[in-house]
Amino acid sequence: MSINQPNAPFVGTIEKSPKISLIGTLAMLVEAPGDFDLVQQGRVWALAEAVSTWPNVQEAVIGVTNVMLVFEQPPADIGMLSASIVELWHRLPGRNADGKLIEIPVVYGGELGFDLPAVAKRAGLSERAVIRIHSEGEYTVCAVASSPGFGYLHGLDPRIHMPRKSVPSLNMRAGSVTIGGMQTGVAVLTSPNGWNAIGWASIAMFDPKSERPSLMLPGDRVKFRIERIEL
Amino acid sequence: MIEILTSPAFNTIQDLGRHGARRFGVSTSGAMDPVALAAGNALLGNDDNAAGIEIQTFPFRLRFSADTAFALTGADHDATLPGSVVRPWWCTRAKAGDVLAITAPRRGARVYTTFGGGIEVPRVLGSRSTHLRGGFGGLEGRTLQAGDVVPIGSSSHSSEGRFDFGVAPPDVAIPGAAPADDRALRIRVMRAGEYDLFSEAMQATFWSTRWKISAQSDRGGYRLTGGKLTLDAPVEMRSHGVVAGVVQVPPAGEPIIQMSDANTAGGYPKMATVIQADLWRLGQAAPGSVIAFSEVSYQDAVAAMAPVNDYLAKLRATADLYRAL
Repeated sequence: MSINQPNAPFVGTIEKSPKISLIGTLAMLVEAPGDFDLVQQGRVWALAEAVSTWPNVQEAVIGVTNVMLVFEQPPADIGMLSASIVELWHRLPGRNADGKLIEIPVVYGGELGFDLPAVAKRAGLSERAVIRIHSEGEYTVCAVASSPGFGYLHGLDPRIHMPRKSVPSLNMRAGSVTIGGMQTGVAVLTSPNGWNAIGWASIAMFDPKSERPSLMLPGDRVKFRIERIEL
Repeated sequence: MIEILTSPAFNTIQDLGRHGARRFGVSTSGAMDPVALAAGNALLGNDDNAAGIEIQTFPFRLRFSADTAFALTGADHDATLPGSVVRPWWCTRAKAGDVLAITAPRRGARVYTTFGGGIEVPRVLGSRSTHLRGGFGGLEGRTLQAGDVVPIGSSSHSSEGRFDFGVAPPDVAIPGAAPADDRALRIRVMRAGEYDLFSEAMQATFWSTRWKISAQSDRGGYRLTGGKLTLDAPVEMRSHGVVAGVVQVPPAGEPIIQMSDANTAGGYPKMATVIQADLWRLGQAAPGSVIAFSEVSYQDAVAAMAPVNDYLAKLRATADLYRAL
């Protein structure tokens, strides 16, 4: 029995079970049911940790309320595997955001935080108020994806949410502290970037030569500290 | 060692990819045509995963600073050593000082040069593949340029044994791999997670369209033109992991196939996924060429790898035998 096929039952379409689908023969996406929240995300972390130890699982790649399993070889029995994942999902206690606390000193505003005025204007707040709100928050690393070592941070105060730009800034510097929609993050690479830069951090987020290349890992907590304000 | 004499752009050192680091946001990189790279290595008695040069812009020239066995695989191309022609899908030995010159392929997009002993740049996160966006792997994390000196490892086979033979390329040797009758490259796919969200008319369009690989295509992904796939109601996907071969449909409706340098995450609806047994064929499809999709089941997708694995196993056995003669 397989999934993603005509007439085959979708494994896990009953209420409160994850949706499971194949991405080719070597990857499987497990999507948690319901809205995004840290409880569901914690269950995804726990599931990812558990399935990572299963034979034939090369790695478990955490997304936003989902996890993609990558296999060494095509699994022999997709139906059985899916059933085991669903069973584990219901049985496994979620993980808390119990990772390490990362403190990131930020130079707010200035040349590299060039979108701070726009964020303040949209929020109807002063630039100093935006900085205070951003630096007082405590954030959770939901997932590391998209660029090497880039953490998707949850916990941004709704007052300073700011949509992504429709036209990306062409050469946003690595280390830029950014807001994209309801999330905040630290750019890891100097590249085009649609998020809004409000400051800059000199901290090294990614070291490919290290066995633990990414500073941020899912479940870590992040605090931004004001190093300097340039208005 | 070898010295790069001419390399226009986007030519990089690649092995079979950096696996197991997606969870750190690191895409796999790796040869766009892994069968050609593995075959070149097998001809030389290297591990399948030894690093070679992926050449996708031409002319490309390099000079050998020592006697070196090498192989040319991948796209159908012309290459020369001083006073002789080197055929594609062939291995031979160059003398110190020889210049190898490779011209643009007649058919296919990427030529692989592999060397007895493999390219010996440091492994980063387990792989020698160049990660261009991250600026690591390969040679200083960048594309090759004239004047670069690339270290070659020592080979257990290079001092003795025979190095002057070739093999049939996989698009000839593997049954069922011939181009479709309408001169579109037939690519087999499995349905992916959001296939059922598209209307029957859109699904039919996906299967019947002869998709053109647009000029805005590279190692990161192929943008397809020729039709539009739209949803009756847009869906908001949360960011999730993706792999090479996934066919995503952005709101504008023109599909994108993620390739070796694709981001680890995506958020567009997924129509289908190119099966592993056809991903290397797609890696040889140049911008401007036309592809069409056929559906296969999971079981058929798994079974389709058997001829590919058999081809590589037989090639390795034959090459081992030849070198021992």
